[in-house]
Amino acid sequence: MQGHGFTAHECDCGQGCTSFEGGTFSIDAGVDGVPMHYRELNCVIRQAIERNVDRIMLRNVTGQRYIAATASKKDLYIGIHGTPGNNLGAFLDGPTLEVFGNAQDMTGNTMNSGKIVVHGNAWDVTGLSARGGKMFIKGSSGYRVGIHMKEYGQRWPSLVIGGTAKDYLGEYMAGGTIVVLGIGSKTPSPVGVSLGAGIHGGKMFIRGKVGQEQLGPGAGIAEMSAEDEKELEGLLGEFVSYFGPVLERGFSCFTKVAPLSSRPFSGKYDKTNL
Amino acid sequence: MSGIAKKMDTKLPERFKPVIDYQSCRTCKRCVNECSFQALDFRDNRVVPIGGCVACGRCLAVCPVSCIEIRTVPSQFPPHGNWTERMRRAIYAQANSGGVLLSSCGTDVEHPVIFDDLLLDAAQVTNPSIDPLREPVETVTLLGGRPGRLQVSEGEMLRMKGCGNPLVVMDMPLMIGHVSLGSVSYNTQKAFFMAAKELNIVAGSGEGGLHHDFYQYADHICAEVASGRFGVDPQYLKGMAAVEIKIGQGAKPGHGGHLPGEKVTPLISETRMIPVGTDALSPYPHHDIYSIEDLAQLISVLKESVEYSMPVGVKIAAVHNIAAIASGVVRAGADFITIDGFKGGTGSSMRVIRDHAGMPVEVAVAVVDKRLTEEGLRNRVTVCAGGGIRCSADMIKVLALGADVAMVSTAAMVAVGCRVCQQCHRGLCSWGIATQREDLVQRLDPEVGAARIVHLFNAWNEELREVLGAMGIDSVESLVGNRDRLRYQGPNPKIAEIMGVKHVGEGWG
Repeated sequence: MQGHGFTAHECDCGQGCTSFEGGTFSIDAGVDGVPMHYRELNCVIRQAIERNVDRIMLRNVTGQRYIAATASKKDLYIGIHGTPGNNLGAFLDGPTLEVFGNAQDMTGNTMNSGKIVVHGNAWDVTGLSARGGKMFIKGSSGYRVGIHMKEYGQRWPSLVIGGTAKDYLGEYMAGGTIVVLGIGSKTPSPVGVSLGAGIHGGKMFIRGKVGQEQLGPGAGIAEMSAEDEKELEGLLGEFVSYFGPVLERGFSCFTKVAPLSSRPFSGKYDKTNL
Repeated sequence: MSGIAKKMDTKLPERFKPVIDYQSCRTCKRCVNECSFQALDFRDNRVVPIGGCVACGRCLAVCPVSCIEIRTVPSQFPPHGNWTERMRRAIYAQANSGGVLLSSCGTDVEHPVIFDDLLLDAAQVTNPSIDPLREPVETVTLLGGRPGRLQVSEGEMLRMKGCGNPLVVMDMPLMIGHVSLGSVSYNTQKAFFMAAKELNIVAGSGEGGLHHDFYQYADHICAEVASGRFGVDPQYLKGMAAVEIKIGQGAKPGHGGHLPGEKVTPLISETRMIPVGTDALSPYPHHDIYSIEDLAQLISVLKESVEYSMPVGVKIAAVHNIAAIASGVVRAGADFITIDGFKGGTGSSMRVIRDHAGMPVEVAVAVVDKRLTEEGLRNRVTVCAGGGIRCSADMIKVLALGADVAMVSTAAMVAVGCRVCQQCHRGLCSWGIATQREDLVQRLDPEVGAARIVHLFNAWNEELREVLGAMGIDSVESLVGNRDRLRYQGPNPKIAEIMGVKHVGEGWG
């Protein structure tokens, strides 16, 4: 905590903002409607993790940013009531975060492993550069979602969006799976344009139509394999386990989007020894 | 090659030719074996040049009897002042391939060098000079944010309230720039990190993550977070000396990185955390940063991630609006800001960008320093500057123009053997620097490389102390931004005016 600026939060504020009961460490992030500063909230969360708490509940979260950034305790569960701010679970490496409400932008930024479940919407830049872990969004997401998700070794990030996603979904994708279910979508396609521009790994399953004009350079429409169906079934099963039965079964309504090449720019350059 | 392609292919004349003195040649074939560009062959019992020489000089270095000379082939093109050979070669190459020209190292275009138009001052009579052998001349440099003002609490005693800002203490105002594993070899990066530790300075990790062997040098490494987020995980962020968000690189402002799949070997795969053989593409922008406000958030989430234990900085390429951008970066919470001039190096970048985009670091630093000072921000940050710093004089001048730290990479690479042949992007570096080919990598001994960088930087630091002494300055901090110790003698006084440097002949008054 060198140079932290905040003294150790020992919950002597007299407002009872933290409590520990039945194995759950609860933090009230907005006592009397006054939001706790994000630095203080994160400091309290870190202290709870250091004390080996494995279940944390946050209440009255009102836009506090960077919650659980770099949290690395594998069996940790953090439940969040309210609306967490941007960069929820950035660099997350192991824990499960469950949001009972909406998340804002950049949720799961550069996530390494773990799980983020959002019982609501998660807006722009969700899952940027995620290298592993799973994200389940009950509602919709915004622009630039899943950009540059990538795989490495045993890690394969998955992002399931119940509603719709807007433009630039899965650009530069280098691994992992994005699923968009389009529940409640008012248009035949639940995704926007520039879909998968520069994609060179991974795949997307879009429940609904995807027109050629929606695809970015490097992206193409591919056939679903038996392996894809198996993976999709697993992800949908998990989605349903969090958010209830909202889907009729069947894979025929899905369109698979995949890279046309793993080396989209290989022919672009001239290496002549001038 | 199809028929039409063959007919279209215009063969470019050779630029360099190794000439062998057959009287002395012992036909040991060492030169043939060492030439990674395959420009030499052994035919009819003698070494013959077969084309493709890049003047890397490896053959000269390994020839036991020094019987090779690399000659620059005189231009085979009819002379023309406007349609230079360089222009015509580029046209033939692109008419053959249709591709975007790639290049590496810093730009080789003969842009004016403002450093060379600046003269240093020295003390005479009215302000005595200092002999650094007799008296201390301090070169310790701090990297990190400052509170900007001292906070004191009232009472009987004045007590300073903790400033809380983590600082990195370096023994000299020099750092080794960000050179990723991937653009250079394991042994090269190891040499850089070993040297940084020995010198007690900081070396940049580059954007390719950090190999697990190198965590032993972590307290002398600045971890770079670039748009591809390669190798960025909690371990990478925590325990380093500093973290830097890379927005831009001087050699390719506005561009991301592209490490071709051929270079993504198992070693690189492990470090970047991507599969073997896939292209490592860094998107042009960070897609979570589309504004200064977004940048502030990435800075904040990194500070939160490292629990405020180390400085978090931002590297930007020197572009025409740099002063305003730098002001925004500081306001966004950066503890240090790195300005990379357009002459900075690269392992691979598009030639059109490398040669034509950006601005010289001399002017960039001067205008940033001026702007930050005017806005009352300069004392809150450390300014690092690199991109074309070739010698201790350049380092001294860039400090006097307003940088706290000079960032050097190409010179460190030259110290370990680089001949600046500009072929890094081909991955065939015969010196084992810009290559991933195991047999070539082995040619560079990291311990020897580190020792050479230590020698170079110590020598530069000694020259800095000598110059400071000559100026009558006893601490490098007093040189930073001290434009009064510079005079301009170049062709364009407007540049001097913009930099805030007086013309040669103008006194102190």
